Amino acid sequence: MIGLLASLVDGLLVGSVYGLAAMGISLIWGVMDVINLTHGAMIVAGMFGLYLLVNDLGVPVYATLPPVFIGGLLVGVALYWIAVHRMIGRPPLMSLLSTFSVNLVLIGLGTAEWGTVLFNVPVSLPGVSIGRYTFPGTHIMAALLTAAIAGLLYLFLFRTRLGKAVRAVAGNREAAELVGIPTTRVLALAFGLGVALACLSGMLIGTLFPFTVLSGDAYQLKSFVVTVLGGLGNPAGALIGGIALGLFEGLTTPFMPVSWTLVFEFVVFVVVLIAFPGGLLNFRLPRRVGVNASEDAGTGL
Amino acid sequence: MKRLCIIIAAAGASLIAAPVFAADDTITVGMTVSRTGSLNVDSVAELKGSELWRDEVNAAGGIKVGNKHYKVKFVEYDDQSQGGRVQQLYTRLIVQDHAEYLFSPYSSGLSATAAVISEQYGKIMLVGGGAEGKIFQLGNKYLFQCITAADQYLSGAIDAVKAKVPNGKIAFVYSDDPFSKAVVAAARTQAAAAGFKEVLVESYPPSTTDFSPIINKIISSKADVFMGGGHYPDGATLARQFYDQKANLKSVTILVAPDSQKFTSLGPAAVGITVPSQWEPSVTYKPDFGPTPAQFAKDYQAKTGLGVDYHAASGYIEGLLLQRAIEQAGSIEPDKVAAELNKLDVTTFFGKYKVATDAKNHGLQTAHQMVLAQWQMKDGKLSLEMVWPDAAKTSSLVVAAH
Repeated sequence: MIGLLASLVDGLLVGSVYGLAAMGISLIWGVMDVINLTHGAMIVAGMFGLYLLVNDLGVPVYATLPPVFIGGLLVGVALYWIAVHRMIGRPPLMSLLSTFSVNLVLIGLGTAEWGTVLFNVPVSLPGVSIGRYTFPGTHIMAALLTAAIAGLLYLFLFRTRLGKAVRAVAGNREAAELVGIPTTRVLALAFGLGVALACLSGMLIGTLFPFTVLSGDAYQLKSFVVTVLGGLGNPAGALIGGIALGLFEGLTTPFMPVSWTLVFEFVVFVVVLIAFPGGLLNFRLPRRVGVNASEDAGTGL
Repeated sequence: MKRLCIIIAAAGASLIAAPVFAADDTITVGMTVSRTGSLNVDSVAELKGSELWRDEVNAAGGIKVGNKHYKVKFVEYDDQSQGGRVQQLYTRLIVQDHAEYLFSPYSSGLSATAAVISEQYGKIMLVGGGAEGKIFQLGNKYLFQCITAADQYLSGAIDAVKAKVPNGKIAFVYSDDPFSKAVVAAARTQAAAAGFKEVLVESYPPSTTDFSPIINKIISSKADVFMGGGHYPDGATLARQFYDQKANLKSVTILVAPDSQKFTSLGPAAVGITVPSQWEPSVTYKPDFGPTPAQFAKDYQAKTGLGVDYHAASGYIEGLLLQRAIEQAGSIEPDKVAAELNKLDVTTFFGKYKVATDAKNHGLQTAHQMVLAQWQMKDGKLSLEMVWPDAAKTSSLVVAAH
């Protein structure tokens, strides 16, 4: 029994980081209907950001959060202008291809620079032991930081003028333009924020496991599964979906061969796609049109 | 008349300027290398060992065949650690690049794919990176394995650990790839015969990044001893997570990954991990020809600036054995060289070489033996010590809660 509980707790802790990774994709989709295929590369960027800051500059591990966030935000804004801006409003396939191409370029550059060798950032934090089982301190810290980041994102989106502008653009871009919100700049900011979230998740994953330039693919795949569970365009749903996926892995692994866990994950993925195309938790960023939208919109950003 | 003199002079000049070794005096060896992808670390180390051999041979004038000397030229491509690429590239090496001999790619899976092509075209392939025995049981004529086969990989570890943890509970968790499956299949039988009680046997997808659920299962099984893993990325992650989750295992043996010098980046997570190794610099083999173990290690370090491991050694031995066979045959004709490779029963810096010659197992290595190494703290630094066999060890196996 305690083994099952240990597995569930581990699943919860690691699943929350998956959820953070997925929040970035979900936010970008919610605001601009773009599926960002540079997501995996940005997760890896966060991992390498952690490695370089810790190894080369001696920055304490968890103090790398702010620079990784700021770096991710700036890179995200740049990526928006390079690969996404001209694709807004066009068929979805175009933005998919555009971001996919950028992803290939980034992975190619990373491979040329670092090869595909494994990198590791040793992080030592006291864990919590119950009986024979230990919950590593790094996992607990990653889950706590994820909760904090999610909380900050909520405050930003619902308690700041800029966040309300993001929500307004997500709700109705034309209406937002009409009330004076510079929607292009807001879209760039939202994309930057989504990429920054991916980088932060990569940084946290880098404290848990060794990684290579190619590590992003597996987490990008999990991000898509989680995003479908929570509903595209629903960052809160993505976080809950990540936790749900982690709990699912924790619940199934004690009872079946590990190699079957992935199979069952994707069975669930397909079932949810068919039965609940909007996601299990289908509450999007508010898409109110007309009177209510004007209450939240402001001028100047 | 003037024009004729100019033509004659030009022809004479071209004869004088002709290289000492024309294209016919070069042996082309083809191979793929996993310069990218998950097999990158070990594959590139193997290539560097092969390149050391090539450079040494060419510096000495080339391979002596009768009164001629043949320089060695490599043609290699990046297989991206993918079987599909191996198939295309070995065909290209043979048909377009006219490679006379082949070295295998790294890993059993890719070697099996390359073997299909090499056999189809009747090309000799030295296999320094593929341990799975099944490759050699499909009726080949031109494959020659230079390393210990997979079914013997863990026999030394079982022998060493059983003395320290008699009748221990053992968990086998391994990557779902041909090499790891072959290793564990044989090891399970050997472990049972040695008195171990099997409490968990599971495979995981090679792309697994989080081993927490698996480690919790190992803990739940109350295992004392762990054996398994796969290749570098998953092996290193397993070691790190065993340390983070304090799995309380007395002995942890992981395939492949811990033999790389890059394993030290794990820091304290590396301490106590044992690895079955094809070769270590401290072995004391007395070679019939070629460099001694110490000389090879020194030359490799001087050329590359890197620590030597068994992958580099296996790359070198592919070349050394090919050279020996060509020189003994006095010919570069494939059938004559193959006949020599079949006959060879020698000791080199890498250990013994002798292959099976019966049709059912042709080319399977029968003489080479594994050693067991363990990461230990020596004078405050991580050091890879040989702990088995007793006759060659540099330190005793340490068994402790891990």
